[in-house]
Amino acid sequence: MKETRYIFAIKEAMEEEMERDENVFLIGEDVGLAGGSFGASKGLYEKFGPERVVDTPISELGFTSLAAGAASCGLRPIVEIMFMDFVTCAMDSIVNQIAKMRYMFGNQYTVPVVVRMPEGGGLNAGPQHSQCLEAWFAHVPGLKVVMAATPHDVKGLLKASIRDDNPVIFIENKTLHAMKGMAAEADEDVVLPLGKADVKLRGGDVTIVTASRMVHESLKAAKILEQEGIGAEVVDLMTIQPWDRQTVFESVARTHRLVIAHEAVKQFGFGAEIAAAAAEEILDELDAPIVRVGAPFAPASYSLEKYYVPSADDVVAAVKSTMERTL
Amino acid sequence: MNRPSKDMLTDFYTMMVRIRKVEEMLMEVFSRGEILGFLHVSIGQEAAPAAVCAHLNANDSISTTHRGHGWAVAKGIEIRRAMAELFGKKEGFCLGRSGSMHLADAGIGIMGANGIVGGGIPIAAGAAFAAQYKKTDHVAVATFGEGATGEGAFHETMNLAAIRKLPLVFVCENNGWAEFSPRTVHMPVESVTSRALAYDIPAVSVSNRVVEIYEAAGEAVRRAREGKGPSLLEIRCNRWHGHYVGDAQKYRGKEKVEEAMAEDCIADFEAELIKGRVLKRKDLDRIQAEVSAEVEDAVNFARQCTYPDVSEMLEGLYV
Repeated sequence: MKETRYIFAIKEAMEEEMERDENVFLIGEDVGLAGGSFGASKGLYEKFGPERVVDTPISELGFTSLAAGAASCGLRPIVEIMFMDFVTCAMDSIVNQIAKMRYMFGNQYTVPVVVRMPEGGGLNAGPQHSQCLEAWFAHVPGLKVVMAATPHDVKGLLKASIRDDNPVIFIENKTLHAMKGMAAEADEDVVLPLGKADVKLRGGDVTIVTASRMVHESLKAAKILEQEGIGAEVVDLMTIQPWDRQTVFESVARTHRLVIAHEAVKQFGFGAEIAAAAAEEILDELDAPIVRVGAPFAPASYSLEKYYVPSADDVVAAVKSTMERTL
Repeated sequence: MNRPSKDMLTDFYTMMVRIRKVEEMLMEVFSRGEILGFLHVSIGQEAAPAAVCAHLNANDSISTTHRGHGWAVAKGIEIRRAMAELFGKKEGFCLGRSGSMHLADAGIGIMGANGIVGGGIPIAAGAAFAAQYKKTDHVAVATFGEGATGEGAFHETMNLAAIRKLPLVFVCENNGWAEFSPRTVHMPVESVTSRALAYDIPAVSVSNRVVEIYEAAGEAVRRAREGKGPSLLEIRCNRWHGHYVGDAQKYRGKEKVEEAMAEDCIADFEAELIKGRVLKRKDLDRIQAEVSAEVEDAVNFARQCTYPDVSEMLEGLYV
């Protein structure tokens, strides 16, 4: 293990996988000469050349579908979408093509495409550069959806996503790019399993199910709650499609209270699915109503962002509201 | 390029007849309710697939459209299993999941018909990219109608393919109709070739004569195979039938339909073959009878195949 930053861990994962498998290549806007808009591919162009680190015109639909075709011919593309908001331009490619090619064609093709994109607020970048749209993709059969919260996880999950034979929507978070932390060295080759959650903190009174940046807000909230004698368990889903029901339900069976926290707009966010599944399957384990934390039902306002993006305080308030209530 | 030999001309004819008879049969079984969903036929447009696919082999890839039966047949799809797919049966290439609109055969590079207009164009570019990446001499062909040239996918792919010099041939069947709208409603230019100019892609427009298409396609495929980059080939043809089978074409008028049907690439080619003493009427009749038997056999096979079971609904969704 060594100390690194989240953004470097992304680069290392791609670099190690490109070294391991010559069919892996990176494609997207400014990924080559510029080293990536956020620097995720710095040095890869110099190392692997323009054939494997492919700069494209600004045409998300074109290069994402190109990746789909290349994947069905045996390559393993990593597509970089500069901001998650821009993936809207590639929705035909992901929803109608990539997600369906295997099933629709009777399993004749495998389409091992990874589509990487950073989501979330924190840069005061406004309504079209701050969205968290993971629930859209989690709603589409055929895709996997991964969200990484730490340098260690982003590296291990990205390596796993590149090796997975299914299409993976790989969601990074812009405010985490600079985050420092430990990550595996190349020779350790840590590959984390997709579909498996990680309990980031043990606690006995309430389960907080979360992902990406909100893992850290939830951990901060847990510290505050601890001072008030409330033990919060923080479950980092890491993969939201398929999500780890077993880990979540086992945790709730111990704590009997459930809070779900994500940065995305609360309405119809992934929290809705988890809350509904818990209500359907383990309602008898719950001692209080389920509470969700998410952004207000509005676009991210340029000037009001700090009130828009959910924080540890919102998680604390949500936990308290469930602690005070009973079913 | 050498002029096509007698054998090749015979093959073109046989393929064109095969495409037409497959689609005529599809219209028949569709009207009887034996196949479901939407059916889009390409009758009147058989020359293009027969001519272009004559330059391709099993390692070359092709993406087709909702009106793509002809391309699948010309690329060499096994008619029996293709028919089984259209009947929604398990023995079909896509396990009965695709039907007409998504017919694919990975074994011979048929990357799938696409229900999204223009959706297959960048996918074919991906196959071309893979061929270039692996340093093979395989090529890819993106087929589409002129209606698809209004889509961003077309323009984005032209741009990408030109920049990367992809071994890709854009084949546009300009049949004058984008679903229910005539060309004048959706294109300010008469020919798609002028759109290729903007991307510095060589483009040529040809008539619906099979030999003319064959020669132009040969040049485009050769350029792609030699690493010289993409080309665009436009075929000016006519759509005989409606957008889908059952479309009454009220927007088009009887006269226009009759005008379209007066141009028959198969009948015209028959006349050429007889006049040029390549084949006699009895040869043509024999080919027609053989192909009819082949199509009849495929339908009988499809009828005897089995429907997938509801228990197989989720099979293979993920690897």
